Amino acid sequence: MTNAGTMSNNPQLNKNGQLQHLLTTEGLPAPILLHILDTAESFVGVTERDVKKVPLLRGKSIFNLFFEPSTRTRTTFEIAAKRLSADVVNLNIAASSQSKGETLLDTVDNLSAMHADMFVVRHSQSGAAHLIARHMRPEIHIINAGDGRHAHPTQALLDVFTIRRYKSDFRNLRVAIVGDILHSRVARSQIHALTTLGVPEVRVIAPKTLLPAKVERLGVHVYHDMTQGLKDVDVLMMLRLQNERMLSARLPSTEEYFKYYGLTQEKLALAKRDAIVLHPGPMNRGVEIDSAVADGKQSVILPQVTFGIAVRMAVMSILAGS
Amino acid sequence: MQLPDAEHLLANLTERVRHDLGPNTALVGIYTGGVWLAERLHQNLQLSLPLGTLDVSFYRDDFGQIGLHPQIRPSDIPFKVEGSHIVLVDDVLYTGRTIRAAINELFDYGRPASVRLAALIDRGGRELPMAAQYVGTVLDVPSDKMLALEKSAEGKLSLSLYDKRRDNE
Repeated sequence: MTNAGTMSNNPQLNKNGQLQHLLTTEGLPAPILLHILDTAESFVGVTERDVKKVPLLRGKSIFNLFFEPSTRTRTTFEIAAKRLSADVVNLNIAASSQSKGETLLDTVDNLSAMHADMFVVRHSQSGAAHLIARHMRPEIHIINAGDGRHAHPTQALLDVFTIRRYKSDFRNLRVAIVGDILHSRVARSQIHALTTLGVPEVRVIAPKTLLPAKVERLGVHVYHDMTQGLKDVDVLMMLRLQNERMLSARLPSTEEYFKYYGLTQEKLALAKRDAIVLHPGPMNRGVEIDSAVADGKQSVILPQVTFGIAVRMAVMSILAGS
Repeated sequence: MQLPDAEHLLANLTERVRHDLGPNTALVGIYTGGVWLAERLHQNLQLSLPLGTLDVSFYRDDFGQIGLHPQIRPSDIPFKVEGSHIVLVDDVLYTGRTIRAAINELFDYGRPASVRLAALIDRGGRELPMAAQYVGTVLDVPSDKMLALEKSAEGKLSLSLYDKRRDNE
């Protein structure tokens, strides 16, 4: 539940309580999350037509600002923008002015001088999207496409959208998030979205070295053992083992990780028989997930990608209309 | 003002549409009132093609002013639009902007052989060159009023008049 006080303090909402930027799922009221999911439902129909396009954002310019490598997220944002008839410009920052020393805010100022209406930002620093949102004129909308270890709200929204498609009611689900919680902005955004939508039991399953301190404060149940953690679970949300974010050796080896935390058919059998398996991609097969599970009939990993486009179309059109 | 009986108008409309039916005629209702009417028409006319529904929110021309509608339902066209004779169904024909949006959306599903329009009420006030081929009745409604179709729990249709808060069809 929310009240006027938290609404006005939320940098994502305008004074009418409408979504102005999408920076994090933390603190977003359930009605806003549900409005995004419901709108995305209509866009799924659009993406299944012969003409997969609507004229909603015709004449708007959307800049994809990726300071960190990404294939799927950048591509699905690009497709989403194009299916809304927006003009989309992709900036590969590693190969641009930032390598010549330009600051982040100078970069976005220059782009907004080109009449940008919306920025989709991915950055390795937590808080980068917030910084840009505070800096820009209010009519320019910011979508956080992943900032450091902090948040990745559209991924979490497409995950809950996928869950709702296969499991109708959030209020009687047991969900387990498995793997590298410590480095995962996806896990943080998932936990906030799931708890706001009323999922009564969210578990995290990970070795102690891959859990943030005091993770229980997010309202999750902590398990270090898959056998206990997966019992009676409806939804398994696997995370990628983020080798590029490993500052020090937190694991003996990826083989040992697979032995204890890799999702195999045998471990999956501990969950409910109709449990579904999600993964945000890119997958490390044989590290956090076995190929037999990734390609198996309980996997909804490819539908997640398809739904990701509809969810991003919903977010973009709600922001542009606020 | 005295409003006509919606059930009676629907009976009129049904007979007018029935007159022109062919094997390739399909009904498409526009949310919300138009879908209620189209469901009833579809049932009364025993059409072989399934009923289509449109939510024109993604095609409206006032997105820049009022943003996205707070509640959007998925559009669903469960038949081949290419070559079909489509009758769009809406409750109140007013400015014509909703019909413009609906025709644009329809063409993103394919190229129909023809599109006609059935409206329960034509209240005048057109801002675009739109006309309905089938009309339940023509009614003069003051421009500060909004005319809306309503459906009771038992499924009975009726008309109501409201003070207008913003331009709406």
